[in-house]
Amino acid sequence: MSDLTNLGVKAIRDGVAAGDFTAREVAEAFNANVAAAKDLNAFIVATPEKALEAADAIDAKRAKGEDLGTMGGVPIGMKDLFCTDGVQTTAASHILEGFVPQYESTVSANLWKAGAGMLGKLNMDQFAMGSSNETSYFGNVLSPWKKDGSNAALIPGGSSGGSSTAVAARLAPAATGTDTGGSIRQPAAVTGITGIKPTYGRCSRWGVVAFASSLDQAGPMARDVTDCAIMLEAMAGFDPKDSTSLDMPVPEWEKGLNADLTGKKVGIPREYRMEGTDQAILDSWERGKEWLRDAGAEIVDISLPHTKYALPAYYIIAPAEASSNLARYDGVRYGLRDLPEGAGLQDMYAATRAAGFGDEVKRRILIGTYVLSAGFYDAYYTQAQKIRTLVAQDFEKAWGECDLILAPTTPNAAFPLGGFDGDPLAMYLNDVFAVPASLAGLPAMSVPAMLNGDGLPLGLQIIGKAFDEQGVLNAGLAIEQRSGFDAKPERWW
Amino acid sequence: MSNYRIQGATGEWEVVIGLEVHAQVTSNAKLFSGASTEFGAEPNTQVSLIDAAMPGMLPVPNRECIRQAVRTGMAIEAQINAWSRFDRKNYFYADLPQGYQISQLYHPIVGEGQLLIEADEKAGIPEDKIIGIERIHVEQDAGKLMHDQHPTMSYVDLNRVGIALMEIVSKPDMRSPAEAGAYVRKLRSILRYVGSCDGNMEEGSMRADVNVSVRKPGEEFGTRTETKNVNSVRFVMQVIEYEANRQVDVLENGGTVDQETRLFDVASGTTRTMRSKEDAHDYRYFPDPDLLPVELDDAFLSECRESLPELPDAKRARYENELGLTPYNARELTAEVETFGRFETLLSATATRIGKPEKQVATQVANWALSVAPGVIKSLGDEADPAHASSGAQASILAMQDKGEISGGQAKEIYEIVLKTGRDPEEIADTEGLKQVSDTGAIEAAIDEILANNQDKVEQYKGGKDKLFGFFVGQTMKAMQGKANPAVVNQLLKDKLG
Repeated sequence: MSDLTNLGVKAIRDGVAAGDFTAREVAEAFNANVAAAKDLNAFIVATPEKALEAADAIDAKRAKGEDLGTMGGVPIGMKDLFCTDGVQTTAASHILEGFVPQYESTVSANLWKAGAGMLGKLNMDQFAMGSSNETSYFGNVLSPWKKDGSNAALIPGGSSGGSSTAVAARLAPAATGTDTGGSIRQPAAVTGITGIKPTYGRCSRWGVVAFASSLDQAGPMARDVTDCAIMLEAMAGFDPKDSTSLDMPVPEWEKGLNADLTGKKVGIPREYRMEGTDQAILDSWERGKEWLRDAGAEIVDISLPHTKYALPAYYIIAPAEASSNLARYDGVRYGLRDLPEGAGLQDMYAATRAAGFGDEVKRRILIGTYVLSAGFYDAYYTQAQKIRTLVAQDFEKAWGECDLILAPTTPNAAFPLGGFDGDPLAMYLNDVFAVPASLAGLPAMSVPAMLNGDGLPLGLQIIGKAFDEQGVLNAGLAIEQRSGFDAKPERWW
Repeated sequence: MSNYRIQGATGEWEVVIGLEVHAQVTSNAKLFSGASTEFGAEPNTQVSLIDAAMPGMLPVPNRECIRQAVRTGMAIEAQINAWSRFDRKNYFYADLPQGYQISQLYHPIVGEGQLLIEADEKAGIPEDKIIGIERIHVEQDAGKLMHDQHPTMSYVDLNRVGIALMEIVSKPDMRSPAEAGAYVRKLRSILRYVGSCDGNMEEGSMRADVNVSVRKPGEEFGTRTETKNVNSVRFVMQVIEYEANRQVDVLENGGTVDQETRLFDVASGTTRTMRSKEDAHDYRYFPDPDLLPVELDDAFLSECRESLPELPDAKRARYENELGLTPYNARELTAEVETFGRFETLLSATATRIGKPEKQVATQVANWALSVAPGVIKSLGDEADPAHASSGAQASILAMQDKGEISGGQAKEIYEIVLKTGRDPEEIADTEGLKQVSDTGAIEAAIDEILANNQDKVEQYKGGKDKLFGFFVGQTMKAMQGKANPAVVNQLLKDKLG
């Protein structure tokens, strides 16, 4: 049955519907892979019984001839940022260890409604802060990939690193991710899978542990573009419980998939050609242009002049929001409480938060607190917001010249575990290509392009206009059909 | 100009007062969650996942709370901001689950407005005065800590968390405790007219932060202190008086007033330092990224405007100008929602009953409502059953009086019986003999007899001693045992005395 785990969302859904195999067989196969992959540390909590329960419900429906839903029979991994009713949700932090929500996030509820089942809660960077999964309280997730001829452990990207590893290593056909400044796209790119961050507001943030509210957006991570289209369609939708949710119908992205890009103009932003970018990354970008031209698109040079300010602005805005969003983890109502003998309220806050948050989370809370402080607010937060507006305007102007933008997803392939120890700023640079689209709230996806000289996957990023996920998916499909990327990691775990 | 002054050793000091009134918005649900706002529930029974700040929970603005704030702004003739925004005020406390209060610092929903406090010689307000209002913004209330439930721990009740408050910030325009008291009473009256706050200060629906400073008249503003959470008009006035005198003492002894936050101690009537400027929080305000800006469209604004009732100032002017009431009566009747409500119901019922326009009976009804009826109720004490005080019964009494069927004294007697028994006023007048005689025949007979017995006084009257008219009236009324209609007696006497 292990070959079932080579199937993606569409193949499983269609196979279950056709009766080629049962949903239970699928769930059992993936449960087995999850159980056998403890070395990868992709899951914080495995929920095989949930996966089976959902599968049995689908099989029963099929027996009765009922509609199975757009994700019917597909077991998925759920990033541990999504609150799941009755299942521990930690955001990979010690401060939420043991926290079991009595409610279900809108996005996960939408997926269960569409017929998906849950394999477990996926490890991640703590509170989604990180690009390597090294900030998880529950240990690093390891990439299933290795450099050719090396046994060194590699990072799976972050913050959705449990998701990327699970999909790349065939522990799940698909997984949810969240992207605040690249947390879907970067891990997808470095593990050779596909992931899309939709337009800000497409997926409800209700029930998703908040990192930076104005940037956080959920999206699917899967093996190909079609699977992403299917899953995003199931996840998205207006939610009156989220004031920033888009009150728009969800398009039929799966049906609308079309790799013919005739008449489309694809912009190549010159500012993304940065010093220090790997040659292999630049090569993949060149190939991407060729593939899109081959699909009928016209390639045009464009300028996004404020690109270099995007990353610094992001590292002001996101920590500022985080410093406030994470204030609720105070030991009073749920999660960790550290109450030293004879301690007062302030002591309890200090002890609880000192013990409960990891270093990177503390670093960002400190940065955020600092930039919002009296006397610094205007110099940092206000300036950063102005840059955010300018970055968004860059894109608006670019849309006068093109319909989509093609860029690398990351400046480099997966790096070794501990590669950026002691240098968080160097690590932050990993998101340099991802952050502008986040600041502008635009849909953006990463699709695998090729392997570099070390045999590690590289991704290409497509950025689209607001609400034009279809355009992004179509360009992704065009690349996917031409790249011939079918590499998968050799099993070593 | 207020003439309120603190007499110090170095001369007179003027007091400068600004008030920040927190008014709980009347709404069934909280500002950003669906939880109930009812007062007095068991602790932690009115707490949604949002109020408890569970992970991943998001605020959704309650349209009704926004609407009430806008209507309140309109009632104080304020600038309504069609675009406003919520900000987070960040600080840690156990009664604040989110770790921040959602408020409006940078772009409040209501801008500058004003309200009028009326001249009140007795209270020390020599003339009408306009008090400027800086802004009204909408924000969340916090929870409540309970320190008496456990020997070493404090308990938290989150029922109040997230309830919508309007913070109504005045300009530093008040110059005496009396003006501040009048301001709070007027504001409370307007809120209650509008229906945006029940004004119940005992339940904490309204409380004030009192900003006080002193200066020599004509000089620049002094350093102010802010006394938090003062929950009655009387306490507001006490705080000002205490603070002003304290500050004058400090200054005259060569000290400086610290800009600080103070607490009012009800038992001693004094204030004490809560935290100094050095300990002031840095609230790290920034726009709440969970919420979109509040944008008000024209349809919403017109609905708000059209739903406003007649407001105290307009009503008072109408009572004076159209109903012809005295300024005193007009002010008394319009001060409270309940008072004018009862008055207008009674006025309408009486006018209908009598068949005259309201204007012609308004003074009679006002006098009845403000002095006669309350007097009767007071004299009866517990014997009066408020359930019997219907507008129908009172209108019936007033109609009999208007027609001359009963005298003022009889009206009171009848109303007493009504309040005690609930019997019908007309039936009481008939069966209890409480009617006055308007029968000219009977009165004429009595007058003729009196005039015949007092020929000398008749001569004196005719000789120019006008004052004797009262003597004849008195004699006639006495002969009629007080039941004669005075108007008829007057007319007949005038006729007969030529």
